[in-house]
Amino acid sequence: MKKLAIGLYAAITVALMIWGFYQAIYVAPTDAMQGEIFRIIFYHVPSASVAFLFFAISLLGSIGYLAYRHSHPEWAQVADAWALAGAEVGVVFCTVVLTTGPLWGRRAWGIWWTWDARLTTTLVLWLIYVSYLLLRRFAAGPQVQTLAAVLGIFGALDVPIVYMSNRWWRTQHPAPVFGGAEGSGMDKSMLGPFMWNMLAWMMWGVFILILRYNVERKHQQYATEEAEEALAANF
Amino acid sequence: MTSALWTHLVKDLRIEWRSKDAINSMLFFALLVVVLFSISFDPRGDFARDIAGGVLCVATMFASVSALNQAWAREIRHQVLDAQRMAPTPGAELFLAKVLANFLFVTIVQIALAPVFLVIYNLRIQGNPWQLALVLPLGTWALVANGTFFAALAIRSRNRELLLPLILFPIFLPALLAMVVATKSILTGESDPSLWIKLLVGYDIIFTTVSLLLFDVIFHAE
Repeated sequence: MKKLAIGLYAAITVALMIWGFYQAIYVAPTDAMQGEIFRIIFYHVPSASVAFLFFAISLLGSIGYLAYRHSHPEWAQVADAWALAGAEVGVVFCTVVLTTGPLWGRRAWGIWWTWDARLTTTLVLWLIYVSYLLLRRFAAGPQVQTLAAVLGIFGALDVPIVYMSNRWWRTQHPAPVFGGAEGSGMDKSMLGPFMWNMLAWMMWGVFILILRYNVERKHQQYATEEAEEALAANF
Repeated sequence: MTSALWTHLVKDLRIEWRSKDAINSMLFFALLVVVLFSISFDPRGDFARDIAGGVLCVATMFASVSALNQAWAREIRHQVLDAQRMAPTPGAELFLAKVLANFLFVTIVQIALAPVFLVIYNLRIQGNPWQLALVLPLGTWALVANGTFFAALAIRSRNRELLLPLILFPIFLPALLAMVVATKSILTGESDPSLWIKLLVGYDIIFTTVSLLLFDVIFHAE
């Protein structure tokens, strides 16, 4: 039953991604200002949304781990698995954002990269979570979960400061397209394809996230079993 | 302040007074970075003034990493760290003592480096020099407070000396930016650094508070 549900979810996700691709490339009209290159928005923005959402999940997992590590060890393990899965899959999607961004910027602004508020924030966010993953790899033993949770909280605290500091420094990235000032927003003919892609990428991201979460839970289980066996062998 | 903090602080200062390991190595390292930058970029005139602030901050940053690693690595010998963990005093006091000691060391290095810096880069400060006396300590505090915290965190991992810069630099980035831009605007006198000083104050308050709150968590992590 569970396998069937997973298979069904995966099939729907893949179908949606194909549909989203069709919508983005063939259905959405060419942008009046930017031409064909604007179609990258159907990949750039959904990936950014997924990345930021997963980093938020990772932060919640870190806080949850620290909160429950003494009172409810089992919950803490679950929280830690979410923290790791969120950070790891988030980094992957953030990499997509940082790859599609310069491709777009090269055509739209004439430059690959600029030290603007949102670009820099995303880059620093990526750096912070890569360092988080490095810590998880380098540190050994059970304390790694606590250390990683603390670093996760520090990293999340840093993000608003990075954003503000870069806004004062320089800004080139366009103002928010959605929910921004007057004159913002997308043409209706583009909104449909955009939402399809958003849905497809979100479902794909969640699929990978849950897979990664399950792998980590299995990993935790085996580690516990191994520890128990080692204890039993000593007696 | 309480006696535990004072004891730790006096101990660290005394060790440094006798060995002078941290200050000497930091000073030489920072000097090397300054020379390396000068050779790589051949700074003259306005260009020198533009990059000098950044070079000073980056040199301090690189140099302090080696000292910060030593700050905790020294405690591992003879199981001092384990003893400190068992001591019935709050870890925050130990942490604060280490931050104060290292802050003092890095500040001494900066003061010693300043004249060299003015000579090599042919600097004449155009803005208000007294603002530098605010910017540099604030930036150094941000570096040392976070650095001491992450050094205590990295000490628990396998390759600790490698890990500290990897986790410290990304978090330190906004403070570095504020420090560099503020120093540059003071050196060139072209813009007002007060906004960046405020950012540094905010950064220091936020991260020092969080470090003090979370230090016991990482110190006793098992």
